[in-house]
Amino acid sequence: MIRRHEDIIIESLARFLTPFIQAFALYVLFLGHYSPGGGFQGGVLMGASFILLVIAYDIIEGKRRITEKFNIVLNATGVMVFSGTGLLCLILGGEFLDYSQLAAILPVGPEEARGLGILAVEIGVEITVAAIMVSIFLDLASAGEHEEALK
Amino acid sequence: MSIMSIVSILFIAGGTFFFFGATVGLIRFPDFYARMHATGKGDTLGAFLVVIGIALYNLHNGLELGSILTSIKVIFIAIFIFLANPTATHAITKGGLDAGVVPWTKEKTK
Repeated sequence: MIRRHEDIIIESLARFLTPFIQAFALYVLFLGHYSPGGGFQGGVLMGASFILLVIAYDIIEGKRRITEKFNIVLNATGVMVFSGTGLLCLILGGEFLDYSQLAAILPVGPEEARGLGILAVEIGVEITVAAIMVSIFLDLASAGEHEEALK
Repeated sequence: MSIMSIVSILFIAGGTFFFFGATVGLIRFPDFYARMHATGKGDTLGAFLVVIGIALYNLHNGLELGSILTSIKVIFIAIFIFLANPTATHAITKGGLDAGVVPWTKEKTK
């Protein structure tokens, strides 16, 4: 790992590029209907933006931005959004992930409800993939050390 | 053949020339730092010129809103390469210096 305040060039470029990478991740997520992309690819980009910050600074600083606890909550939130959408369809009388049933609670027809349901599922996938990427990277990079940052 | 096609061909040919120079440098230069020096500059300019050439070629059927938007996105990629590639080269070189890679000098070969 590169130590903190080691190199002003790398740090400032990582700081400058991170919001653009995250905006591009959202772009990839929302354009997944019409072009290559979707939740998984957007989530990987979102996770990679955080990994870039951790590489440019150091792992303690990264864990101060996103703690392990918050990361675990993000993991669970994504899965909850995914399965909650499916379960909502189940409650509304359809099958699991039968998005057309969402038209009962959304002010749109069944066809548009399908699109919005897929978007909700993709958002869940994006959150989970980003959090898991960060989680895997932190576990591999810290090799189980930095216990003080787990708080 | 429109003027835009000719300009984009010139750009892409120039980009491939710089790629060629960078690759020759990567293969022929004696040590880590010299190789990073060759690829860091040559690849950056080569990729920049090729991507700009692609963005211009996209406009060779005439200026429509859709193709202009696509070209702007491609130019964003070029700007990203232009920022990220030299910084990555800098980071790798600094990593090598921190890890203790000794620069090549002429006396050592004797």
